[in-house]
Amino acid sequence: MSTTPTKQPVIPTIKRETILRLLKRGERIDGRKFEDYRNIWIAVNPIPKAEGSALVKLGNTTVVTGIKLEIGAPYSDRPYEGVLQVHAEFVPLASPTFEPGPPDEDAIEVARVIDRSLREPHAIRLEDLVIIPTKKVWILFNDLYLLDHDGNILDAGMLSSMLALNFTKIPSVVVEAEDNIIINREQKEKPLPLNLNVVTITIGVFEENLLVDPSLDEELIIDSRITFAVDENGRIVGLQKTGMKGIKQETFEAALDLALRKAKELHELIGKVLNNPQNYTKPSLALEELWG
Amino acid sequence: MKLKILVADRQIVRPGDILAIIEDEEVESFKYLPEKHIYILKGKVYSDVIGIASISNNEVSVIPLEGTYIPRPGDLVIGVVTGIGITSWVIDIRSPYKGILNGTEVIENFNPIMHNLRDYLDVGDYILARIAAFDRSRDPILTIKGKDLGKITKGVVVEVKPSRVSRIIGKKGSMLNILTGLTHCTITVAQNGVLWISCPSDNTLNALVEAINIINRKPHMRGLTEKIKLFLMQKLERL
Amino acid sequence: MEKPVLIREDGLRHDGRKPGELRPIRMEVGVLKNSDGSAIVEYGGTKVIAAVYGPRETYPKHLILPDRAIIRCRYHMSPFSTSERKSPAPSRREIELSKVIREALEAVVFTELFPRTTIDIFIEVLQADGGTRTAGLTAASLALADAGIPMRDLVAGVAVGKVDGVLVLDIDEVEDEYGEADMPVGYAAGIDEIVLLQLNGVMTKDEVLEGIKLAKKGAEHIYKVMKETLYKKYLKALES
Repeated sequence: MSTTPTKQPVIPTIKRETILRLLKRGERIDGRKFEDYRNIWIAVNPIPKAEGSALVKLGNTTVVTGIKLEIGAPYSDRPYEGVLQVHAEFVPLASPTFEPGPPDEDAIEVARVIDRSLREPHAIRLEDLVIIPTKKVWILFNDLYLLDHDGNILDAGMLSSMLALNFTKIPSVVVEAEDNIIINREQKEKPLPLNLNVVTITIGVFEENLLVDPSLDEELIIDSRITFAVDENGRIVGLQKTGMKGIKQETFEAALDLALRKAKELHELIGKVLNNPQNYTKPSLALEELWG
Repeated sequence: MKLKILVADRQIVRPGDILAIIEDEEVESFKYLPEKHIYILKGKVYSDVIGIASISNNEVSVIPLEGTYIPRPGDLVIGVVTGIGITSWVIDIRSPYKGILNGTEVIENFNPIMHNLRDYLDVGDYILARIAAFDRSRDPILTIKGKDLGKITKGVVVEVKPSRVSRIIGKKGSMLNILTGLTHCTITVAQNGVLWISCPSDNTLNALVEAINIINRKPHMRGLTEKIKLFLMQKLERL
Repeated sequence: MEKPVLIREDGLRHDGRKPGELRPIRMEVGVLKNSDGSAIVEYGGTKVIAAVYGPRETYPKHLILPDRAIIRCRYHMSPFSTSERKSPAPSRREIELSKVIREALEAVVFTELFPRTTIDIFIEVLQADGGTRTAGLTAASLALADAGIPMRDLVAGVAVGKVDGVLVLDIDEVEDEYGEADMPVGYAAGIDEIVLLQLNGVMTKDEVLEGIKLAKKGAEHIYKVMKETLYKKYLKALES
């Protein structure tokens, strides 16, 4: 059952009014322009035990995604494909409003939007993840872990997932028998086969204003959000409107144009990381460095 | 405010129906008039509910056909005791807001150390009360200080939809006069859609309850008052 | 199963509909006795029933909001609604759809009128043949109106799909399964606001814009049927 959120942090009236006054003047409380993302820090493969991982800090929102590969049976209607599973955990250490327990509707929504954004454009070549056709395939677990929540979990989560997938290496296997496949995780050579990259762009709607990458304070005040999943060819591969107010056609069209522009920037950022991963690889988690 | 009214009096309207266009002033912003069940958006007047349009003196409002009872100070209500605390009773008045009846209302020199509320009103008892105070931010406070208010000990209690109360009473009490005049029953109509009835015989009671059910089912039927009159006359004649 | 032909040579869809054509739409309000408002809605083979309770007291108490009613919404599929039995335990999909439907209705209901209360919306899919969330949204909106809950507008839901490269209105299960994209839209036609929007699939920018236009056209028709349905039910309260 979905319930109107009742545990939202209360924004002090003065702060709310300040944010609203600034928005009306075309300014944001953290000094950004309406079309700006917050600063993005990226660390690739911070978790060497994972087959691939990436930590993304979007302003103060911090997400780490780890990819694990296990062997299992394919879905019966997809016998010649590997299996993709996306999960999101909003663990209690990330926010005073999060409680322990199974993923709530927000976490499930984030995971499912990312799942669809990867699945629909065939971002991952699942057909190349077959070990014994119809019997044994790789199950790819994309686990997104939110460490610190300051708004726009989705874009941070999508970016960290996409980067983690790009840095995923498939362990080597020895097939002794159908029921005896030995995984050698020490030997990871083959990269995960990908077709293309996808990013999501979340735009907050406040009256007629469009705010790229809303922070938590902004999320609590604005009318609604639209998330656009955009692939590297500029196609729209997913849409999700969230929030408790409707939007006008004109607003949607303006948001769509803006999202396509911002998607180019994020795809460029992914390209930069892929071309020079050494600049983004850290020997340790080095969180304080990111915090700096 | 000059209105070009687009609906007829007593026409059925629905949420989002445009009732009128404001002709003389440019109203850009949103304005909500919940008591009239209308809102104004960009120079147009909309209904917010399923109901009957009511037009008088170039003004338009909507009488809802459905909906729950929301207390108003001064309303007469009939409720059931559903909970007993140390200093007050909790009364179900068929509303999302539970009525609170304080011990002091019922017991002289009330002292929670001395008195057990249960000895005065128990769970399941009906009471006739008035809303003393209510503003939606806290539960309505009831009073039974007044003529005929207090515990209901005899008679029959009949429930109708709260939106039907105005029809049961009728214009200037016309419907109520017919109901009581023809049956010689006494009827207390509470605003929360509960009627307390005492009748001279079972036959008149049955006829009255049937008539009330007709009003409950078809409250906005044309010529309703006349039809109820006819119905009761036929019913009672046959007895 | 092999992918069936979704757009035939004559340009019609697998079930003979034109691309911009809705399935037969049927709806009825006030179908349940216990609830404060209810509706049953059918889009072709998709059959959904919705009930509304409230505004009523909020339980548990810690969920109370001091300045508005909370809305609770459950979208749920019956075990017999699909070819293979669906487990009645709520799936991740149902949890997500409950949320997007709730948010769509929050956009129109005047929740501020009933502080500290709860409005419950229960949607049960009785038979699934594509477009269950949008038919569910339509049914929920009708049930809210039937319960006499004040709101800015009715909301009509309809899904647009892209099948064999063609944009089509109100996709059924086959088109959803084998098509390239599914775009559910919730539209408050009276005040011209989009209250639900998702895309599951791949589209170009122009296709998205064209798809929304098509969805609005379909939703406008459904919206009219919704209003007629409400009118007809309450006409009985006027007629002798």
